[in-house]
Amino acid sequence: MGQVVALSSLLEGRQVWQGRSAPAPAGGYASGWPTLDAVLPNGGWPEATLSEILLPCDGVGELQLVLPALARLSAARRQIAVIAPPYAPCVAGWERRGVSMAHVDVVHAPQARDALWASEQCLRSGSYAAVLCWPHQADDRALRRLQVAADSGRALGFIFRDRSHAVQASPAALRLELETEPTRQIRVRKCRGSQPPAWPIPFPFGTP
Amino acid sequence: MLWACVLLPQLAMDGVLRRRESADEPLALVTGNAQSRSILAVNASARAAGLRPGQRLAAAQALLTHFEVQQHDPAATTHWHRLLAAWAYRYSAEVALWPHAIVLEVSKSLGLFGPWPDFERKLRDDLRALGFRHRITLAPTPRAAYVLAGLHDGLAVMSPEVLHSALASVPVHKARLPDGAADGLLGMGLRTLGALMRAPRDGLRRRFGAALLDHLDHLTGTNQEILELYRPPDRLDLSMEWTHEIAHVEALVFPLRRLTGDLATCLAGRDGGVQRFMVRLIHRDGTSTDVSIGLLTPERDPAMLFEHTRSRMERITLSQPVVAMRLVAHELPPFVPVGRDLFDTRPAHALPLEQIRERLRSRLGDSAIARWQATTDPRPEHAQSTARDIVVIGKPPALPRPSWLLDHPIPLRGPPPQIVAGPERLETGWWDGSDVRRDYYVVETAQGQRAWVFCAPGERGHWMLQGWFA
Repeated sequence: MGQVVALSSLLEGRQVWQGRSAPAPAGGYASGWPTLDAVLPNGGWPEATLSEILLPCDGVGELQLVLPALARLSAARRQIAVIAPPYAPCVAGWERRGVSMAHVDVVHAPQARDALWASEQCLRSGSYAAVLCWPHQADDRALRRLQVAADSGRALGFIFRDRSHAVQASPAALRLELETEPTRQIRVRKCRGSQPPAWPIPFPFGTP
Repeated sequence: MLWACVLLPQLAMDGVLRRRESADEPLALVTGNAQSRSILAVNASARAAGLRPGQRLAAAQALLTHFEVQQHDPAATTHWHRLLAAWAYRYSAEVALWPHAIVLEVSKSLGLFGPWPDFERKLRDDLRALGFRHRITLAPTPRAAYVLAGLHDGLAVMSPEVLHSALASVPVHKARLPDGAADGLLGMGLRTLGALMRAPRDGLRRRFGAALLDHLDHLTGTNQEILELYRPPDRLDLSMEWTHEIAHVEALVFPLRRLTGDLATCLAGRDGGVQRFMVRLIHRDGTSTDVSIGLLTPERDPAMLFEHTRSRMERITLSQPVVAMRLVAHELPPFVPVGRDLFDTRPAHALPLEQIRERLRSRLGDSAIARWQATTDPRPEHAQSTARDIVVIGKPPALPRPSWLLDHPIPLRGPPPQIVAGPERLETGWWDGSDVRRDYYVVETAQGQRAWVFCAPGERGHWMLQGWFA
């Protein structure tokens, strides 16, 4: 018996299988969706890393998923960058959900390379608390760069991609897939730190 | 009152040297007409070879076969002199330009910049960074500081009594007396200022006029000297030219760093910033390429001005080689430093927000980064804008609004959607010609998307997609 290891450190390190998952260590940024937070290992969006959101098509609630977190960030006077969005953010709609648009910088970058560059710069800068981006031709290497940038800038990175990318490996710490069939729900594809839950999480439309 | 004098013995030469990266080649500044050119100043390596100011150019060429000769440009020297005055204005409101020197009143600034040894070190560090050799002295009168700077470097005389003894030993030919007076005084056997000050004033006035006595009074502080004080200019025009041609943008980096550094120096002096300025690259045939640079907020940090200007310059292609560069700033708005919160939650190494925004703008274009704001117009096409000066009073009514908005509505394809909410009648815009009459609905498509669509009043078909409830 060389060294004494505290039992709690083993349990918190998730090195001992207990049959039922241990309570999650804090450290995430609460997403504002209690049912989602409950299954995520950090109790929310993992901080200083990328979260990937996979979509079947636009307009299925991908922004609703992140807007509560953005609202709290903007209320704390933190800046948010939205890089090369597919449509213009609607000011009235975002403010209805509590986001102060004075803290949202929308970056127009028509070329895919510029959009990736801008995302990396914003993630790395440390000045933006959250960065939302829609990479078009991002390969594994580009995503890994974004991941490193998010880590050094301590930012929440959100990348929105088509669900056809679900089969590819991704360096993102969290991968969620939005599904509309048979009903609207979120399927956790990957979450660093624990096993993704086997069942999807219901994700009803809030009152529009 | 305490006056510091910054003597610039090599102003003309330093002005030439600071626009080149290496100063190793022998170099001489010459003056005079083509027949009798003589050397005005030399750099260190030319001095080592035996070249001296005042030599005839022919004599110098006999000593050293190969050295670079440049015609002295008095206008450029004046320019550097004024630049340094702008720099000194940062440390004192009372700055005056004298031949080869700058005097500034420092007693009021000592509280801000620390005791004199610290203050002096600051001045020297700045001058070294700007590339000017200098001597600094301190005395209770500006004239005395000026005279002592000719003999000493780093001498600080704080009180009038010490000043008296310090001046007493100054030889008369070093005392910067009015023209011709020094020779006459030497003829009379008066060799130092101490002897001169003991001599009867009436006799001196009769022989040398009132100017000599005024000079003595200004030296000792008996009579306060009235100075013509420097006022910073309201627009800046800095320029730099070189003898060879530069064909690549990369080679412009060094002069650009100097110019933006000078700009920052001038701005710091007048406590201003710059929001828009222009870099003009002048070609051999007189034509020029202009690069105009705009910033989101007034700035004055030299590193930021340089980085931003360089990233703009990297995008241009030079049609012809460049022989000179000018930097012109017409508007110098007041500078407001960015406040940082004591309880700032950003990481310690975070880049300032303005800097990252400027970086994005310089690569992606001026309008690439925007903050949207709601307007009072109910029409979705006009409901938001990136303009900065919108004042919205009151809150809009709580009607369903999407989170994505399409720039132009497009027809909604696919099977007929299911209506979730609506209609909301919009009938407005008659005043500017783009009159709209629409019924807005929230619908759910067969794919599970929520859309914000409209149709003609009362129709419930031919849906046009306006936005997504993403």
